[in-house]
Amino acid sequence: MTKQQANWSPYDNNGGTCVAIAGADYCVIAADTRMSTGYSILSRDYSKIFQLADKSLMASSGFQADVRALQKVLAARHLVSYLSFIYQHQHNKQMSCPAMAQLLSNTLYYKRFFPYYAFNVLGGLDSEGKGCVFTYDAVGSYERVGYSSQGSGATLITPFLDNQLKSPSPLLLPAKDAVTPLSESEAIDLVKTCFASASERDIYTGDKLEIVILNASGIRREYLELRKD
Amino acid sequence: MNNLIGSDADSQRTLYPYVTGTSVVGIKYKDGILLAADMGGSYGSTLRYKTVERMKSVGKHSIIGASGEISDFQEIMRYLDELILYDNMWDDGNSFGPKEVHNYLTRVMYNRRNKFNPLWNSLVLGGVKNGQKYLGTVNMIGVHYEDNHVATGFGNHLSRPILRDEWHENLTFEEGVKLLEKCMRVLLYRDRSAVNKLQIAKITEEGVTISQPYSLKTFWNFAAFQNPTVGAEGSW
Repeated sequence: MTKQQANWSPYDNNGGTCVAIAGADYCVIAADTRMSTGYSILSRDYSKIFQLADKSLMASSGFQADVRALQKVLAARHLVSYLSFIYQHQHNKQMSCPAMAQLLSNTLYYKRFFPYYAFNVLGGLDSEGKGCVFTYDAVGSYERVGYSSQGSGATLITPFLDNQLKSPSPLLLPAKDAVTPLSESEAIDLVKTCFASASERDIYTGDKLEIVILNASGIRREYLELRKD
Repeated sequence: MNNLIGSDADSQRTLYPYVTGTSVVGIKYKDGILLAADMGGSYGSTLRYKTVERMKSVGKHSIIGASGEISDFQEIMRYLDELILYDNMWDDGNSFGPKEVHNYLTRVMYNRRNKFNPLWNSLVLGGVKNGQKYLGTVNMIGVHYEDNHVATGFGNHLSRPILRDEWHENLTFEEGVKLLEKCMRVLLYRDRSAVNKLQIAKITEEGVTISQPYSLKTFWNFAAFQNPTVGAEGSW
C-alpha cells in the first residue's frame, strides 16, 4: 500500500507584475490590478500595493493568499504600528526604508521551509530622502537596486528597463549609484510604457495600472487603463 | 510495518472530496445582494442528492453560498454559528457584518491550508450593513477577493463573462433575478454536475429571504444542439 499523495496544491499563481524605480528624491512603485487563476480572470481591480511605513511601500505578486497573509503579518504583528512606533520613540525617527527592507527579508526567511509564494518589490525613501528600491525572492534574499520588476511580466520589463535606465554595472569599483537621473514625470511615463508593453504579450498582466509616487511632499496615486484581453 | 509507510495523523487529512456541490453565483443589485445555487449534491459522477441547501444566512447581515464538499460546508456552518453566538453574547448592540464574516472565513480557510488539511470548499459571502453592500469569495487555499459579481467553479468560466457584459449598477430585483437565471441556465446546459432545481437568496438591509426551490425552463432544440458538428465535420 503506497502512501496516498495529496492531489491538491497549497499554492496557486494569481499572476500580475510589479515595478519600482528609484529617483534622486522620489520613488515610483507600480503594479497592475489583474488577479487571475489558470486561464480565468478573477478580478480586474485588485490592488497589489501595500503601505508598510511612512516611507515604505511594498508591491507583491504571486500567490494572493500568501501575499495578503504577508501584508497582514507585517502590519498585525504591529511590525508597522508597534515596532516602528517603538523604533520612532527609541531612535527619535521613523522606521526607514532600509530598516523595513531587512524586516521583510527576515519575515520571509522565517517561512523558509514552507515559503510565502510572494515576489516582492519594496520601494521608498531612505533617511537622506533619496529613492530606494529593494528586490526580493520568495525566501527573503534581497539587494538594494536602482529599479526592479517582479512577477509574470518581469521577464518582459526588466530588459527594457536595463536598456532605458542604463544602470551601471554592479561589478564596478567604486560602486556607482544606480539611482536614475530621470525626473519624476519621466520615470512615471517610463513605467506606463513598461506596463503597456507587458500587457501586449503577458496574458496575466492588464486591466488597470496603479502607480504610487513617494516624494518629499508625500504620497500620490495615479491610475492608467490597460488592455483587458 | 504500517508505521513505516504512513503515520496515523495522515489518515486524518482531507485527500479528496466525496459529496460536492457545484457553482454558486452572486451579484450586487440596487437594494443588496442576490445569490443563486442549485440544490445538487453529487457523489462523483452520480447526482446522489437533489435537495441540498447550499445557501444559508449568517447572523443578521450576511448570506453564505458554498460549493465543494458538503460535509465541510456543514462544518463551516458550525464555526459560523459559534462565531455569531459569541458575538450575540456580548450583547453590545454591535453585530458582525459581511466584511467581518468574510475576513473570518478567509483566515479559517487559509489556516487549514497551512496545516495541509483544507476545507474543500469555494465560498461566496454577501451582505448589507448600514447601507453598504458587500460581496466576496474565498476558496480552499485561501485565495479571496470582493467584486460586484462573483462565482465559484464552473461559474467562473461560464457566468462571469455574462455578468461582465450585462451587470450594471442599480439592477432592480427583477433584472437581477433574470440575470442570475440566465447564468444558471447556461450552467445547466454545460455543467454536467448541475441539476435543474435551484434557489435564489436575497439579502437587503431588511433581512434575508431564500426562495422556495424551482426549476428553469430549458430549450433543447437549438440548431447548434441538434447539429453540433455542422461546422466541423468529423468532430463530436
